[in-house]
Amino acid sequence: MPARVTNRLRLVFVAAAAMLSGGCGAPDSGQTMRNTPVGGASGTELAAEQILTKNNGAEPQTLDPHRAEGVPASNILRDLFEGLVSEAPDGRLIPGAAEAWQISDDGTVYTFTLRVDGRWSNGDPVTAADFEYGFRRSVDPATLSQYSSILFPIVNAEQIVKGELPPDQLGVTALDDRTLEIRLIGPTPYFLGLLTHSTTYAVHPLSVEEFGARFVRAGHLVGNGAYILDEWVVQSHIRLLRNQNYWDDEHTVIDEVNYLPIENQDAMLRRYRADELDFTQDLPFKQIAWIREHIADQLYISPYLGSYYYSLNLTLPPFAGMPKLRRALALAIDREVLTEKITGSGEIPAYSWTPRVTGYTQQPPAWAGWTQAERNTEAQRLYKVSGYSADNPLTLQFLYNTSENHKRIALAIASMWKQVLGVETKLLNQEWKVFLETRKQKTMPGVARNGWIGDYNDAYTFTQLLASDNEQNDSGFANDEYDALLDAASAEPDMQKRAALMEAAERLMLEAQPIIPIYFYVSKHLIKPWVGGFEANIMDHHYTKNFYILKH
Amino acid sequence: MLRFALKRVLGAIPTLLVLIALAFFLIKAAPGGPFDTDRRLPPEIEANLQAAYNLDEPLYRQFGLYLGGLLKGDFGPSFQYRDYTVTELIAAGFPVSLRLGGLAMLLAFVVGVAVGTVAALKQNAFTDHAAMAAAMIGISVPNFVMAPLLVLVFAVTLKWLPAGGLGDWRNFVLPVVALALPQIAYIARLTRGSMIEVLRADFIRTARAQGLPQRAVIIRHALKPALLPVISYLGPATAAIITGSVVIEQIFGVPGLGRFFVQGALNRDYTLVMGVVVFYGVLIVVFNLIVDLVYGWLDPRVQYQ
Repeated sequence: MPARVTNRLRLVFVAAAAMLSGGCGAPDSGQTMRNTPVGGASGTELAAEQILTKNNGAEPQTLDPHRAEGVPASNILRDLFEGLVSEAPDGRLIPGAAEAWQISDDGTVYTFTLRVDGRWSNGDPVTAADFEYGFRRSVDPATLSQYSSILFPIVNAEQIVKGELPPDQLGVTALDDRTLEIRLIGPTPYFLGLLTHSTTYAVHPLSVEEFGARFVRAGHLVGNGAYILDEWVVQSHIRLLRNQNYWDDEHTVIDEVNYLPIENQDAMLRRYRADELDFTQDLPFKQIAWIREHIADQLYISPYLGSYYYSLNLTLPPFAGMPKLRRALALAIDREVLTEKITGSGEIPAYSWTPRVTGYTQQPPAWAGWTQAERNTEAQRLYKVSGYSADNPLTLQFLYNTSENHKRIALAIASMWKQVLGVETKLLNQEWKVFLETRKQKTMPGVARNGWIGDYNDAYTFTQLLASDNEQNDSGFANDEYDALLDAASAEPDMQKRAALMEAAERLMLEAQPIIPIYFYVSKHLIKPWVGGFEANIMDHHYTKNFYILKH
Repeated sequence: MLRFALKRVLGAIPTLLVLIALAFFLIKAAPGGPFDTDRRLPPEIEANLQAAYNLDEPLYRQFGLYLGGLLKGDFGPSFQYRDYTVTELIAAGFPVSLRLGGLAMLLAFVVGVAVGTVAALKQNAFTDHAAMAAAMIGISVPNFVMAPLLVLVFAVTLKWLPAGGLGDWRNFVLPVVALALPQIAYIARLTRGSMIEVLRADFIRTARAQGLPQRAVIIRHALKPALLPVISYLGPATAAIITGSVVIEQIFGVPGLGRFFVQGALNRDYTLVMGVVVFYGVLIVVFNLIVDLVYGWLDPRVQYQ
């Protein structure tokens, strides 16, 4: 960390010197770009124009931190606001709006000390009362937050969200201007990580009260992040400029950042190639080969906190009460071939459910170590035991949402099942919202495509998904022992014991095979050679204040 | 003529009502709702959201509430862009679409008529065959193929023009051309056919017999009657430009109404989809009326009753 900061400081100094000596003119045109070495003669000279343009996937639904949900909005909100806790470029948790904190021995009371120099973008000091106001607004049903359930670990949060208690009963109290106390219902080891989420951000109370729902418009929005909202043209761009009042503004290099909502990945790639984008969010599978051949040095792939999996409908035949049949299907998928030939962008074959998260040991079953031939033999045995054969093959319905990528994977897996077991698979694709509805209803028997991106870097965000009362439990998996292990883990203050309980739960669940893990997601970015400051992290969170543009 | 216009406007009201009702019940019939995401909501939160947007009311009441709002000129809040009302979004998107569509229409008309006239004058010569072959290609290649091709050549390879987005006039060149191309082709073929017919008419022969120069014959006598089929095609052309812009705006990332419409439908943004449908409905009714009036000016035989 210190080495990086000095490096950045040096860059700033070089840029200032270059500007003083008049060495930097207007940025070069596209033609000369390719001939000029990036970063000038020293390789570290900054460009005179510090403008970063990123693709951001979908248009954010809102920039109200308490109502926002989804990756696109979160990316922008990380620049506009700063939570009590922030993240280093590599994903480590570092002080944000709070400079220090204390956690009680039982892990249920957090006391935060806000930094002295914390300022809103209009110059007002950031106080503990602002955070208290923010948390209360976040759980207030009148705010219409879609994500407030993430705050349920806080005392009374659930009751307030459900309208049973008023917002001022929330376990968040400003003890004085700079001290904030948060009381939890149980030890929640991932709570600090949660504080980087936008539902926990403070908002500027005066501007919320003056402008109501419109306080997030450009010109109204007052934030405490490194950037302020300059312009928002829906479906065109969102432009942020650096916030001169930000406490760490002297270390900010990028002056202007543009977020473009380009959902069509082919269009995105064309605009990246036309030098209209410096940074992309995702990539089309079918273009990966071209990218690897032509601009491999601009491709950044790293593990991401997500699992791609299939959920099997346990409430209907053929899967109800048939764990051996479910196992047979899980065994017959050659994940190495799939991730190498079909997805082909570094996805990690998954034999278990939870990706590699901090403080948790992954739980691959014994057969993860077998060869595919051994797996196939066992799959065929289990298939026969379940009462199916070449003469009496299993006929499966397979549901996925319309998308080229999902289709390619579904076709490959269906043909593996056909080859190894003789299963007849009927593929059915539905438009996104229709698909969500069908999957939720659990009225369609068979297999449904699924995926889960963790909310925070802790195994619980995955384990809880298969609890019998979880809305997201698309298989309909209901196991008392599993639920009991989860409850015990939630109440366990000792980190290692807690992890052991969740690991036991995962083993139990995988034994029943209500889901078939396929692969762990990776984050994929194309980044122009002149963009510096990028570091991969498992949450794929990137703060613009850590980036800089080299001379090119 | 004023009475005719008034009658047409009043006659459009039932049409619009049917349009609104159809669009309203169709989008409500689509499975899934605006608040469905891959991350499911706890039931209490979902109920709270549904109530805030009146989605918990019976369908006929929702329709009544929507119509009531429309009468007051209120399109309601957007479900997808929660910081904006539909009226604000249309006000932001329409000027962009209008510029894109208007320029494409102008380009299609001017170039189409010019190419068609030249082809008609050089009937069966090389110029004619070349122009008509190009037109055939223009009509048959769909714009979702043409647009990425244009980007690949002019933005990615030559780097003359931006590949998309909103900025100065340069950002408009490729989308306008991509949108206009099929219309240029169609209008050129229409003009050529009707021009050939007009050039064989007796009054043209008379004009020539009087010794008028070729230019005067074409511009003063032949063009006006030859344009009649083109003018009546302008109504359908507007519809084609509007539907075409839905695709073009997606490809070039132009923040116009077409893009709002597509995103709105995919996201079940009921109010935004309805708003765009109603807005375009009114627009097309008005435009058809204008075409009818222009037609009468061009062809004195047309009577308004």
